[in-house]
Amino acid sequence: MYTQALNVVTEKLGDSEAEQRFLERIDAEERIEPNDWMPEAYRRLLIRQISQHAHSEVVGMLPEGNWITRAPSLRRKAALLAKVQDEGGHGLYLYAAAETLGISREEMVEQLLSGRAKYSSIFNYPTLTWADIGAIGWLVDGAAIMNQIPLCRCSYGPYARAMIRICREESFHQRQGYEIMLTLARGTPEQKAMAQDALNRWWWPVLMMFGPPDHASQHSEASMRWKVKRFSNDTLRQKFIDATVPQAQFLGLTIPDPELRFNAETGHWETGPIDWEEFHRVLAGYGPCNKERLAARRKAHEEGAWVREAALAYAAKQKQRITQQAA
Amino acid sequence: MQTTSIVFQGSPLAHYVLARADDALVLGHRLSEWCGHAPILEEDLALTNIALDLIGQARALYTYAAELEGRGHDEDDLAYLREDRQFHNLLLLEQPNGDFAVTCVRLLLFSAFAEPYWRLMRASSDAQLAAIAAKAEKECAYHVRHASQWVIRLGDGTEESHRRTQDALDTLWVYTGELFETSADEQALIAQGIAADPQAILPIWQNTVNAVLTEATLQAPSVSWMQTGGRRGLHSEHLGHMLAEMQYLQRTYPGAEW
Repeated sequence: MYTQALNVVTEKLGDSEAEQRFLERIDAEERIEPNDWMPEAYRRLLIRQISQHAHSEVVGMLPEGNWITRAPSLRRKAALLAKVQDEGGHGLYLYAAAETLGISREEMVEQLLSGRAKYSSIFNYPTLTWADIGAIGWLVDGAAIMNQIPLCRCSYGPYARAMIRICREESFHQRQGYEIMLTLARGTPEQKAMAQDALNRWWWPVLMMFGPPDHASQHSEASMRWKVKRFSNDTLRQKFIDATVPQAQFLGLTIPDPELRFNAETGHWETGPIDWEEFHRVLAGYGPCNKERLAARRKAHEEGAWVREAALAYAAKQKQRITQQAA
Repeated sequence: MQTTSIVFQGSPLAHYVLARADDALVLGHRLSEWCGHAPILEEDLALTNIALDLIGQARALYTYAAELEGRGHDEDDLAYLREDRQFHNLLLLEQPNGDFAVTCVRLLLFSAFAEPYWRLMRASSDAQLAAIAAKAEKECAYHVRHASQWVIRLGDGTEESHRRTQDALDTLWVYTGELFETSADEQALIAQGIAADPQAILPIWQNTVNAVLTEATLQAPSVSWMQTGGRRGLHSEHLGHMLAEMQYLQRTYPGAEW
């Protein structure tokens, strides 16, 4: 339980000198480690961000898991299983990274199950066809990579290190997803229609993954100052759009945005307006699958309670036996 | 291939390989159903790992079975285009996941057989099977360890976990007889040194299972009848549902590449 060994005592000093030193370290691109002094707000921001990230990985297992038993070939089945397993692994590293900030995994899980903690809005959309598995890999993992590559240089050491490994795996997933889309786009007319339908449904929700526009983003300023975040939501979103539009063209698919156009002066693709009402509605719990996703997590947790209790009871018995043997 | 169902037509060896592929696929599929729904995140990862091992074994075995059959089929034709009466897996493996105790007990009962089975198969006079066995043995050794640890924890954990695990054992025990059955065709393969003799595995299996049950404070049920039929394509009602789900895309869009 290393979470209790942290130096949370120093926070009460509210020491401006300590805070000054902390900011100098941030400016010098030094990594902040679990036992280093840090402002309480920095700690809270990181706990919030890392735990949401962990929850997103774990909830994200559900929409893709929906197709494991229906994957259309043994190769696809194995690749999808391995991918969903990777997401679970990311969840584990991230919970561990958050634990270094003084919160337990049990507490974080409780926050998720009670509905207090947020996770990425994207996982509240359903996976209706096999093409959605391709679209998620290509677009959702593609957007995640855009967001996460700068996090490999995040000022908080454990988070930055976790992100390095995660990004490597995500880029593999992204290529796999694109390859599924390519196979469908070059397949039968039904398969091509399936791919287009998936792009139609995922495009806008994926653009929302980068978060609200810069002028409406609450947490950006402090996060940028502390070098947790390095680029604004809109900058990352634009980078993603610029990278993705040519990929869609290569697939022969149409981005579902009649206003999409290339601005030759800026060199950027410009989209029509994003429906931020939909984004806020989904975050507030009214997306197509919010209830199912949380219900599935709660069900797994509740139905697994007796297993976790048994493991604890067995461990206690073993400990007692060892003590008795030693005596 | 523009067809919706195929019938496998191979030699006794080809059928033998196919049945082992069916075992690995059916159990791998069942375990994959847990992904995202396990009691703890670590188990989501572990059960998925085991499922991946088994699906990998299935792929190698189907590919070899298709090669022996020599009619241009591939691993996916064999997995996705046969009907349930054409599957020859053990009944034990198609049983629904039930609770976590059922899943762990099923994995123990099978893996305690599969590990020594593949160990013996390393000496098979069929080079392809011997090569598959070398990899499968190592994987199954881990599966036995993982399942044993859980059956012990659950059996010797709380009153509830003990009751659930004993129930699982009582339910699944009748399917263990099939592990040790051999057909006349298989007897011939055993005589040729191609197939391992299940009778040689029986004492090893009993040792492993009994040791785990003793430590888990569980009782091996005494039964007067063992269920049989899987190897002859006579299944429980559960397999049809599993295949309907698994094969749905291949059957809806015949001939499409995925």
